[in-house]
Amino acid sequence: MILLLKNGHIIDPTIGRDEMADIFIVEGVIDQIGKKIGTGVAADVFDLNGKIVAPGFIDMHVHAREPGFEHKETIATVAAAAAAGGFTAICCMPNTNPPIDDASVVEYIQKKVSNIERNVVDVYPVGAVTKDREGKELSPMAELAQAGVVGFSDDGSPVAQAEIMRRALEYSSMLNKPIIQHAEDLSMTRGGAMNEGITSTRLGLPSMASVAEEIIIARDLGLVEYLHPPLRTTNASVQYHVAHVSTRGAVELIRQAKNKGLPVTCEAAPHHFSLTEEAVRSFDTNTKMNPPLRTQDDVQAVKEGLRDGTIDAIATDHAPHSFDEKQVEFIHAPFGIVGLETSLGLAINELLETNILSLAQLVEKFSVNPRKILHLNSVSIAEGQRANLTIFDPQLQWAVDIRKFRSKAKNSPFDGWQLKGKAFAVVNRGEIYLP
Amino acid sequence: MALSRRHLLGLDGVPKEDIEQILDTATSFREVLERPIKKVPTLQGKTIVNLFFESSTRTRISFELAERRLSADVVNFSADVSSVLKGETLKDTVRNLEAMKIDMVVIRHAAAGAADFLGKVVQANVINAGDGAHEHPTQALLDMYTIREKFGTLEGIHVCIVGDISHSRVARSNIYGLKTMGANVSVCGPRTLIPRFIEPLGVKVYYDLDEAIRDADLLNVLRIQLERQGSALFPTLREYHQTFGITRERLDRSGKTVTILHPGPINRDVELSGDVADSEHSLIIQQVLNGVAVRMAILYLLGTGR
Repeated sequence: MILLLKNGHIIDPTIGRDEMADIFIVEGVIDQIGKKIGTGVAADVFDLNGKIVAPGFIDMHVHAREPGFEHKETIATVAAAAAAGGFTAICCMPNTNPPIDDASVVEYIQKKVSNIERNVVDVYPVGAVTKDREGKELSPMAELAQAGVVGFSDDGSPVAQAEIMRRALEYSSMLNKPIIQHAEDLSMTRGGAMNEGITSTRLGLPSMASVAEEIIIARDLGLVEYLHPPLRTTNASVQYHVAHVSTRGAVELIRQAKNKGLPVTCEAAPHHFSLTEEAVRSFDTNTKMNPPLRTQDDVQAVKEGLRDGTIDAIATDHAPHSFDEKQVEFIHAPFGIVGLETSLGLAINELLETNILSLAQLVEKFSVNPRKILHLNSVSIAEGQRANLTIFDPQLQWAVDIRKFRSKAKNSPFDGWQLKGKAFAVVNRGEIYLP
Repeated sequence: MALSRRHLLGLDGVPKEDIEQILDTATSFREVLERPIKKVPTLQGKTIVNLFFESSTRTRISFELAERRLSADVVNFSADVSSVLKGETLKDTVRNLEAMKIDMVVIRHAAAGAADFLGKVVQANVINAGDGAHEHPTQALLDMYTIREKFGTLEGIHVCIVGDISHSRVARSNIYGLKTMGANVSVCGPRTLIPRFIEPLGVKVYYDLDEAIRDADLLNVLRIQLERQGSALFPTLREYHQTFGITRERLDRSGKTVTILHPGPINRDVELSGDVADSEHSLIIQQVLNGVAVRMAILYLLGTGR
């Protein structure tokens, strides 16, 4: 593969690059970056005028559903959806069947990835914190890390017991991997289908109070503070990452913890800065997710958290479900929506267009920060580096059409939304993919 | 002479004119119910399905009576939730109904939003006979009819809804309808059974029943679900009766006349003592009679509308 990408606006916060230039790529490696690169050899040439070239985006929170729920999504279809959405990497969560609590499951996933033809998406499994994600005994974390997991989470379920969380933080610190918490006090949320607020009161739907998210985060931050700093003779720092932060109180707790210098990071999902609980008024089951859509004030807080850096990363919590599974009564519908193919557009609309984030900050949230959190090699746009690029057009107007999704699932509340900004191409693993 | 919408899914957002029209039409049907022959040919040739996914005796009978008195053809479908969960989905049930060319559907379901779901997918007119803790609009309309009959108006009447507000579809529909009609609405019950975010609906909250009675013209007393006892919501039925039960003694102590409604069935000596339920201030039996007339009005207005 020989590629010549002309006139792109390169933004790479890792090395402070922000310039218009051409990129010449040979066999997956950036051969040359410069003005008006000519080519003697036969190259595929793309004019990227008006488009942004950034280090490849990674979505650190994806449910690939394989193994076990292949009717919802597979490794192959989730990779296709990721590429279409502008991602060159995803992390797949361990709530599969069997769960990713054993090295053999990691190997199975890796094999499925290697079977995808012309794949442009790296897939990083996240291992379970506890066996069967039951919150009782630690999973074989060292073996999982050896097999290639990049972090640990019981996502979908919280690590409910304080003692288990403490030990998980300690154990994973030896492996230099984060614990990713789905923060939810189950004793408060059981049976809940949406946020507790004015809308749940109107609709009479069983609800989940925002404080149920905050209670677990507060407890965990207490544990992190207790276990920090590392012992003097080791560097093993606990690392705590909060998945899909959705409430003002949660953002504020994490902000305070960061101000104290605690090793804490977090992510937010596009639906938590694009929609409020008001969307549930229609009883559309594609507005049912966990954490639920919150209030306008919470949305505002998530945006503030993104702006001031409290929220490190944007991650979708891509949660595919089959058509029939969502075509039921609201209380019986499963939680979650697909996100990979709308994430970038929503972020550009809600964050870039509104000047909450600069282009460089947007790239940090989509690429640089999640890689740091997971201790992945940083990706930069420099000569001699492997080409791992997300190319997007921040101006392109388009309408979301679930029928065009490459994900197997279509459960999105954003069908028909007019968005500005869309992926143009991704380059990775020696391939280019154009959605 | 038609309502502004095709279905009656709830009272949230239903305009005053529609509510007035239903109540006025019910007055005519109330008169029909006093005749020796209580049947009119209004809905002859129309087929109505009563789709009851949750057990109900009085609401189903009230609907069925209303339907038959309008000369409609009536089909009853009952399924307890467990058998539905095992087999057919709501969507499939609905598609089957649709294939049978039904004109109107009355649905009762344990899940909030079930009637809305139906309303989106079927051609037939949908009437919500109770969906989870969401709405029970025909109950609220018959309550409002009964209040209007007693006081001559709804405007300015102070109605206090007493009991488990959190889990009550009757409470929600009453709040929406009464507020639209200009009544003052309050709720009273243990704090654990009153939604944290109820006030934005425009209601006043009381935790003290005596205070609530002092300010109210009428109490709409909700049935307490016996199985909620002993959970985190309230400790015992005895304590509930002591603190939130409507008794003759409590009413006498207030020194005023307060009218009592109850959607039934009553747990005697839990939320309401028997002597109050059977007293001259109780309109509980009128509610039942009015229920048939109000349901006839709704069926008529929807069934002969657009």
